Amino acid sequence: MARLLEVRGLTAFYGETQALFGIDFDLEEGGITALLGANGAGKTTTLRALCGAVKMRGSVRFADQAIEGRATEDIARMGVAHVPDGRGTFSALTVEENLKLGAYTRRDRAGVAADMKRMYARFPRLKERRAQQAGTLSGGEQQMLAISRALMLRPRLLLLDEPSFGLAPLMVGEIFAILGEINREEGVSMLLVEQNASLALELAGHAYLLETGAIALSGPSAALRRDETVRKAYLGY
Amino acid sequence: MEALIQQVVAGLANGGIYASMGLALVMIYQSTHHINFAQGEMAMFSTFIAWALLQAGWPYWGAFGATVLISFAGGLAIQRIILKPVEKAPVLTNVIVFIGLLVIFNSLAGWIFDHTIKPFPSPFPKFTGAGKLISGHDLGSIAVMLVVLALLYSFLRFTPAGLAMRAAAQNPESARLVGIRVSWMLGVGWGLSAAIGAVAGMMVAPVVYLDPNMMGGILLYGFAAALLGGIDNPWGAVIGGFIVGVLENLLGAYVIGTELKLTVALVLIVTFLTIKPNGLFGKAVVTRV
Repeated sequence: MARLLEVRGLTAFYGETQALFGIDFDLEEGGITALLGANGAGKTTTLRALCGAVKMRGSVRFADQAIEGRATEDIARMGVAHVPDGRGTFSALTVEENLKLGAYTRRDRAGVAADMKRMYARFPRLKERRAQQAGTLSGGEQQMLAISRALMLRPRLLLLDEPSFGLAPLMVGEIFAILGEINREEGVSMLLVEQNASLALELAGHAYLLETGAIALSGPSAALRRDETVRKAYLGY
Repeated sequence: MEALIQQVVAGLANGGIYASMGLALVMIYQSTHHINFAQGEMAMFSTFIAWALLQAGWPYWGAFGATVLISFAGGLAIQRIILKPVEKAPVLTNVIVFIGLLVIFNSLAGWIFDHTIKPFPSPFPKFTGAGKLISGHDLGSIAVMLVVLALLYSFLRFTPAGLAMRAAAQNPESARLVGIRVSWMLGVGWGLSAAIGAVAGMMVAPVVYLDPNMMGGILLYGFAAALLGGIDNPWGAVIGGFIVGVLENLLGAYVIGTELKLTVALVLIVTFLTIKPNGLFGKAVVTRV
């Protein structure tokens, strides 16, 4: 499979403070890759750096094109959809308006209408609340909305920042199952940032472990699950 | 009784102008979350441009249309060139830039067109209908203003670009994530606001005569209108404008006398900011903490 995302020597800064210290990683087309690590390890910063939302240096190649230094909106237009931490919902707009905005850059109106139908079919709760102000939805519903909005772009790559955050375990299970479905049925590649390591390793085929801005470990999920340090520090057994 | 009706009608006529100003302010607020203090002076400057075109022999509606387009382009240019560098700066920095623009436009108009008061033509027929209660121009301005409002509302509510503008104003980060060119959206917001202001200026100039200080008081009424109606609600600005116009006239005629008329506007502004900051029709946005 071709490499959809190739990152080399990625560094990132918040003002004067360096948050990433030259990380390298790859993502295969059609796969799900997890980026694990504790709070403050640099996972969210990595996603922000990929989207050009934070000061960064290094090389980022998406679908064989260099995207480092490009504006966030241009990267989105190339097919990279980012579900940010905190969900980034347009809280004052309705559920339906949020979804429409996800498809803002698309020209195929029939395709957009069909995709909306599919989102509502996959998340019936969103359909019930389609005219409701998005800020009034529960945490789980907002997460469904955030993921759906990102998918309305028909992205090649979906970046997910801690989709399990603040959600009840049952809801998290539901959402992760749907993510797996989306990956299998529609071939959307995913880069999943998660603090919940066991969930992430179940979903992803490949994983990288970040510690204070550098990659400490990487490999197929099965291998990481068996690794002693990972088990003790991140999986709790 | 007839005097009362006269005051109300006169108030409605003024209210139309205040509503237009309020609309322009709401427009910029909706797209940038900033209040453009230079709105009045920009509208005045646009009216001078129209005056210059008319002096050069242009027909009225040609000059009107050209002025609206020029104002749109000017507003867009101001946002792209002067405001973009301070886009991410604190609110106070933006406010100072707006006040600077206010002073610059006022002085520029005085310098280029001089300070003598000039008459400005009205395109509407001079009938004094309904027993001299309301003039042709007053009716005409209200009609024009309602058309502008309808166009604006449709644009914001029903078109994808309008939705994108609202999204860019509310949450620029997320707007970028869905591919919206947020900077350009801000520019378009400014262009639209400048165009609306130009229309307001051209509607008020026949009544108050054209000079560089024409819009000073009117801007204040526009603020009152926008705040009364809810700073994020175009309909609110319009209804607010009419209420302010009528209140100003009634209070001025029966309660406090004409010298304190402008004070009415100021008192309204302070009252609403204190008691009901969302205005009569603004939505309090609910956010989960």
